[in-house]
Amino acid sequence: MLRLDGVSKVYKVGTFGGKELHAVRDVSFDVKDGEVVSLIGESGSGKSTIGKMILRLISISSGTISFDGVDISTLKGDALKEYYRKVQGVFQDPFSSYNPIFKADRVFTMIREEFYPGIKGQEWGDKLQDSLRAVGLNPADVLNKFPHQLSGGQLQRFLVARALLLDIEFLVADEIISMLDASRRMDVLNLLADLKSTGLSILFITHDLSLGYYISERVVILYRGRVVEMGSTEKVYFNPLHPYTSMLMACVPRLDEKWEEVDVELRAKESEFARGCVYYERCPLAVKDERCARERPPLVEAEPDHLVACGRV
Amino acid sequence: MSLQVENLRVYYQTLRGDVRALDGATFTIEDGEIMGLAGESGCGKTTLGHSLIALTPPMRFVEGRVTLDDEELPVWDMERMNDFRFKRISIIPQYAMNAMNPTRKIGKMTSELLESRKVEYKSTLPELKRRLDLVELTHDVLSMYPIELSGGMKQRMVMVLSTLLNPSLLIADEVTSALDVSTQKAVSEMLVGFRDREFVKSLIVITHDISILYQIADSILIMYAGQLAEKGPTDAIIHSPRHPYTKLLISALPKVGVKYAERKLEGIPGNPPQLLDPPVGCRFRDRCPVAFGKCLEEPPFMEVEKDHFVACWKEFERNA
Amino acid sequence: MTESKKKNEILYFALRNNKLKLGVAVLFVFVVLTLIGPLLTDYAPYDYVGPPYHPPSAEYWFGTTTFGQDVFTQFILGLKATFMVGIIGGGLATLIGVVVGFTAGYRGGVVDEVLNMLTNIVLVIPTLAMLLIIAAYLTVRGVLAESVFIGCTAWPWAARAIRAQTFSLRSRDFVDLARLSGMRSWKIILSQIAPNMMSYLLLVFILQFGGAILTAATLDFIGLGPTNAVSLGLMMNNAVLWGALLLGMWWWFVPPGVAIMAIVGALYVTNVGLDEVFNPKLREM
Repeated sequence: MLRLDGVSKVYKVGTFGGKELHAVRDVSFDVKDGEVVSLIGESGSGKSTIGKMILRLISISSGTISFDGVDISTLKGDALKEYYRKVQGVFQDPFSSYNPIFKADRVFTMIREEFYPGIKGQEWGDKLQDSLRAVGLNPADVLNKFPHQLSGGQLQRFLVARALLLDIEFLVADEIISMLDASRRMDVLNLLADLKSTGLSILFITHDLSLGYYISERVVILYRGRVVEMGSTEKVYFNPLHPYTSMLMACVPRLDEKWEEVDVELRAKESEFARGCVYYERCPLAVKDERCARERPPLVEAEPDHLVACGRV
Repeated sequence: MSLQVENLRVYYQTLRGDVRALDGATFTIEDGEIMGLAGESGCGKTTLGHSLIALTPPMRFVEGRVTLDDEELPVWDMERMNDFRFKRISIIPQYAMNAMNPTRKIGKMTSELLESRKVEYKSTLPELKRRLDLVELTHDVLSMYPIELSGGMKQRMVMVLSTLLNPSLLIADEVTSALDVSTQKAVSEMLVGFRDREFVKSLIVITHDISILYQIADSILIMYAGQLAEKGPTDAIIHSPRHPYTKLLISALPKVGVKYAERKLEGIPGNPPQLLDPPVGCRFRDRCPVAFGKCLEEPPFMEVEKDHFVACWKEFERNA
Repeated sequence: MTESKKKNEILYFALRNNKLKLGVAVLFVFVVLTLIGPLLTDYAPYDYVGPPYHPPSAEYWFGTTTFGQDVFTQFILGLKATFMVGIIGGGLATLIGVVVGFTAGYRGGVVDEVLNMLTNIVLVIPTLAMLLIIAAYLTVRGVLAESVFIGCTAWPWAARAIRAQTFSLRSRDFVDLARLSGMRSWKIILSQIAPNMMSYLLLVFILQFGGAILTAATLDFIGLGPTNAVSLGLMMNNAVLWGALLLGMWWWFVPPGVAIMAIVGALYVTNVGLDEVFNPKLREM
């Protein structure tokens, strides 16, 4: 359904825009119908940037993103609006997604004005009720309130309800539960998983590996804007091939085993390696390996449904 | 060192009345113990952490007694607490790494901090450098501005500063929340390192992330709605919790190896009660799957096994 | 359904806010005075109608000037001129500042650079020198001309401030959400960004209003003001020029001074009250 091909995003920074910041570099992956793909990366990995590019909130520097075969950068005006009927997003901070001076319902009113201008009051009311119930909210509890009167969990589910009003096919969920309490996270997560069974595809952006495992069929691991490993969830999690993925797995605090003695290289400098592997500086396997500093390893298939970009595998 | 807290009550003053944010905390921390303090937002863990060291308005001391190393801590008196802060008890506040003065070089900030505690910067410099080495920060960091450091580096700097005077007790308030998973591990292990090297004697680690506590804490204290729910050794809390809230909380945590398709995890329905006028009796009563009549009466925080405390009538029944 | 309820709610809170009520009350008094004032006096402001240096009395409510002119008449008509300058000058400055600020802040890029340059140029032009040149060519000037001039030169700081606010609001998630809802840019500015800045825009207008009045008073003082008109600023400066301070003629300069203070002060208090009414978070506490 959604395909990314060699997508990159470059920002001009520094005085007079002299330097370049590559937030995303040559990223390619796809999301099939009814599939949940987790985009996993730490800060600076470019995962949010990818999400925003898919939502057409940021422009694409190079490469193509196509939805159902259509290059989305060509969409304008009404075509773009049609795109938004099928593709929507929910962001990390529930409180920042609402204009604080308006009631929370306004996000629904906006949808009504833009997409259902002729709809009658009663019909709209029913649609709203259905959507709210589908996300597990009681309409009487949450309608007609200001954002600060609702909890983070309710606000996030509100946003999912908003997306459902549009009969979407694809949802970009950008760290949507990281700001919620532990006891409420599962509700929202389960909601997403339930929706998947109705045919919705989800790009689940997160830094939390255990969440990625719980909900997705495939994962894409990002480091500094590049894909270092991707494939089916089981294969990547239980047989991580890239040193970065192994490091991530080792660092996840788990409830069933203690951290191993893994030396984590912290001294990551900000220098950009024009050539060579993006993980070279921190990689324990690449010490004294000239090849890793010189050549950028391509993403190759190590086993079916498991790709990795590492010269030493 | 040892810390004893007896029946500590600290409320927040608001225009609409007192919010009973911390309502009766009683517990002990032994020498060398790393105690994790966990709970969800609004449970009172930050209030507890801060009231031990800086009880500022709108917090209001209501009653209670705090004893550190057999000496009573005058937590209600900000002036008298000055003698204890940084030297006997210290805190790494939440967002500390963002609170550094952006126009001051790190070294200058450190010297100002030390002078305010009447400690000479020059004489502490060698020890400071040793500690920077330990947390893998170069000495150059002292002549840099905060904006030049990454999140993880700032956090480690703050950790060094808070422990420079070797306090007996260190309170770490959500020090790992805003960090990447790899830095989280490094920072958490550093906290343990501080204890092992005796820079600090004991730690209170406040966090909402229980899995980190499993990795580094000796004991865990679970709070709910301003009160203590359960305290016990880490293994006991994680693998055999007694309080219904703890049980539900642990089971709501995603684990690598658990998929939605195989086993659906459940959250805890409902919301924590408002603390402006909290409900009578056990505050978890409305969301508790095993609540019964006696729960209308507030359960005391009692020891049910060695070093394992719970506030739950059902559990007392089981024990009896 | 929700929109009309919202308006009613705002009205509800507006009616209960003390600061708002106080500010509006004071302004109301002055507006009424301005409107019905001319009916209360038969004189023209610069007519010699009575004995000079006369303190307030039953016949001359605000006394007379050194020339025997009725201070009350001057005051009433001066109020009108002052309000006009404030509204037209302040309003024009606010309008230009809003258009430039929103456009530069929302669009960014080249548009922003160009508008920034324009703003800086206008900011730096010495308005006094410009005015001297204009005065040399326009020997007869009215209050309208003065207002327009002030409006065209006072907008840069407002544009800057609004641009900064727009920048910060534009990157908020709710603006992204509006874009995801298919809204056009202008609609987003008007319906999402501007309402958030409502009280801020009002404050800008208030400051422009007050600033315009004060600027006008300064210009009046050096003779670059309107010819053959009367304003509160002119009154005060005439008073000082003709020795009112030395002669203890407080009735000549105190009323206009108090009036300016009261009007601008009432505007500020109104604004603080309005902020509380508009911002739901400030209400519940």
